[in-house]
Amino acid sequence: MGDALFWHRLQFGFTAVFHYLFPQLTLGLALVIVLVKALHLRRGQGDDAYARTARFWIRVFGINFVVGVVTGIPLEMQFGTNWARLTHTAGGVIGQTLAMEGMFAFFLESTFLGLLVFGEKKMSPKAHLGVAVALLVGSWLSGYFIVATNAFLQHPVGYVTLPDGRLALSDFWVFLGNPWALVQYAHTLLAALVTGAFVVSAVGAYWTLSGAHPAEARVSLRVGVTLGLVATLMVAFPTGDAQAKLVAAHQPTALAAMEGRFESGTNASLTLIGQPNVKEKRLDNPIHLPGVLSFVAYGHFGSFVHGLDEYPESTWPTNIELLYYAFHVMVGLGTLMILLMALATVQAWRGKLERSRALLWVLMLAVPFPYIANSAGWMTTELGRQPWLVYGVFRTEHGASPTVHSGDALFTLLGFAGLYLVLGLLYVFLIGREIAQGPPRDASAEGHA
Amino acid sequence: MIPLWYSLASLALAAYVVLDGFDLGAGALHLWIARTDGERRAVLGAIGPWWDGNEVWLIAAAGTLMLAFPTALAVAFSGFYLAMFLVVWALILRGTAIELRSHLASPLWRAFWDFVFSAASGVLALLFGVALGNLLRGVPLGGERWFTLALFTSFAPHQGDPVGLLDVYTVTVGVVAVAALLHHGALFLAWKTSGTVNARARLAAGRTLPVLAALLVLAYVATARVARLTPSPLGAGLVVVSTCALGASALFRRRSRELAAFLASCLFLATALAGVAATLYPTLLRSSDGAHDLTAHAAAAEAYSLGTAAPWYFVSLVLVAGYFANLFRMHRGKVTTSDTSDP
Repeated sequence: MGDALFWHRLQFGFTAVFHYLFPQLTLGLALVIVLVKALHLRRGQGDDAYARTARFWIRVFGINFVVGVVTGIPLEMQFGTNWARLTHTAGGVIGQTLAMEGMFAFFLESTFLGLLVFGEKKMSPKAHLGVAVALLVGSWLSGYFIVATNAFLQHPVGYVTLPDGRLALSDFWVFLGNPWALVQYAHTLLAALVTGAFVVSAVGAYWTLSGAHPAEARVSLRVGVTLGLVATLMVAFPTGDAQAKLVAAHQPTALAAMEGRFESGTNASLTLIGQPNVKEKRLDNPIHLPGVLSFVAYGHFGSFVHGLDEYPESTWPTNIELLYYAFHVMVGLGTLMILLMALATVQAWRGKLERSRALLWVLMLAVPFPYIANSAGWMTTELGRQPWLVYGVFRTEHGASPTVHSGDALFTLLGFAGLYLVLGLLYVFLIGREIAQGPPRDASAEGHA
Repeated sequence: MIPLWYSLASLALAAYVVLDGFDLGAGALHLWIARTDGERRAVLGAIGPWWDGNEVWLIAAAGTLMLAFPTALAVAFSGFYLAMFLVVWALILRGTAIELRSHLASPLWRAFWDFVFSAASGVLALLFGVALGNLLRGVPLGGERWFTLALFTSFAPHQGDPVGLLDVYTVTVGVVAVAALLHHGALFLAWKTSGTVNARARLAAGRTLPVLAALLVLAYVATARVARLTPSPLGAGLVVVSTCALGASALFRRRSRELAAFLASCLFLATALAGVAATLYPTLLRSSDGAHDLTAHAAAAEAYSLGTAAPWYFVSLVLVAGYFANLFRMHRGKVTTSDTSDP
């Protein structure tokens, strides 16, 4: 494998997907913590189940946040180390949002994290809620700057091309308010809330099933399931729907490949399952819903939907099979998660959730689903953008560092594989231990150690 | 705009070295300064509120470079490819060690993470010094924009040999950085701790200072002779200030004015780095042949980008100064036992 580009892409994909396992929970849990703490304040009953539940999730948040921080550093570095030509070409534009993330979000988060985890005893409950809100703002801001950076690569706006081929910012506000960024941010953030809701519900379900910490389990289940239903619904509609329409309008080859659609036509059907056969340019063993793709993409069952045949093969996404599966896994799991949360909400509303043992088992075991769906969603976004690094402007094959060869790139990829295996095992071990120990009785002391 | 952004990028890097420098130094030293679990918890309690925010300055510096001088970031990061990942991996191990060591009471678990924390901190200090050495000596930039640098070629290269990341000169600068940060970290711990840790930290500061002073003289001579770099007037002035600050730090330490000694050490590091920046300006990346330097003007983003970013960058600097002032206010005293209890 002398092809350095392959290893650059694999390394970025691997480190990005691994990293995002953690921030998606940070983004979701930040809201859960604020909600539970606000409920606690409103009830105003001393050290009740709400206070202890918030304290438990803050401990999980602390561990999760650290792994997110340390795995985030390599992503920023790789713009320079592995994608030097991209940075040379587009750094003058995307450097804005990458720098803003550091200056406006990371400093805010790093200052308030210690106060959230260790400061409860030192401040009033209201002030501690304020700290939780500051962390929510910091993490959600950080998310926007990253999505805005990605949105420029997906749908470049607010720039001009210089005579030497580099891209320069021409309108800061157009760039920052990229319509693609607004839609993608809403969709991504809601997907992160889905993860937060499923994790909180799963732990609540586990405690309930094992008869431990009934009061805290109840709070976690209620908050998790309610947030879960709202988030799973909204991640599909309106945000997922709006995202699909943007893809249809601006990245027609991506939409065609996501659906395994090799031929154009009206009344385009939505494929539930099937295997894209790129060599023969067809979908094997398909199960279709006629007309639904036309409706989803353009709002009418009869609408004309472009197929890959309309475009030269040099503009097709480079990994149609994986793109197709990533999209279908995301949508399939998303649908399943709506049904699960709807069922759980009905049972909770009837006051029967704690006794529905089968449903609790499913809620507990469903915890990988949002992680898989989030990862598949990012893979859909990034694979769908191919063969472009900056859509329609700059091709991926021109973006990698010219002096870094495949031996270098594979060396560092293997290093990350080993390091992240250890990190992942440590994380699972420590979080598992927290869940087994249950909510702490006392607030942690200020300081470290 | 270009001098402004050159200064801002230098400022972010210097802030990183001064701030993360003290927790790198404290981390590398703590195996010796703090022997019992209680003592080590005191060290971690002292740097706990700071280290994460300090490290953000590294991300901020990279972000600032990307914003203002994207080509320099691209050329340097890809040229130093393997070294960059050594830094990243050490940062990952270090952050993990700091945060995870206290989650289990097992002495084996804690001993392991304490070792990782110390080793990763020392390696980072050395690598950052080596990086500075490479910037001063220059890298093999040719007519092409890009370069690549072997980790080592000949350790004592002759004139005209291809240069490597590690040679006598760059390793010397690396060792200077280790000494400077050990000294810096010891002064920080002396300020923040009491009892035996405080006594050992003061002793460590006293012992590292003469080594640091001797190494600094060696590094200045080597920079003039090997790297053929003589300071600009402003750069020379800053180097003089930094030398005075180091002397002042020693005086304050002898008089047991711990905070003043630490702040003087901060000034020493900041002015030494400012002296380097002032001397190199407008060069961002020196070429080892002296003919193909990458300048700030050649590497800069367009004027519109730089002009648009300046206002929001200043707003963010004010906010960040506020966060750090607040941290300082909340943690200005010595670490107490209640700060170091298990979470």
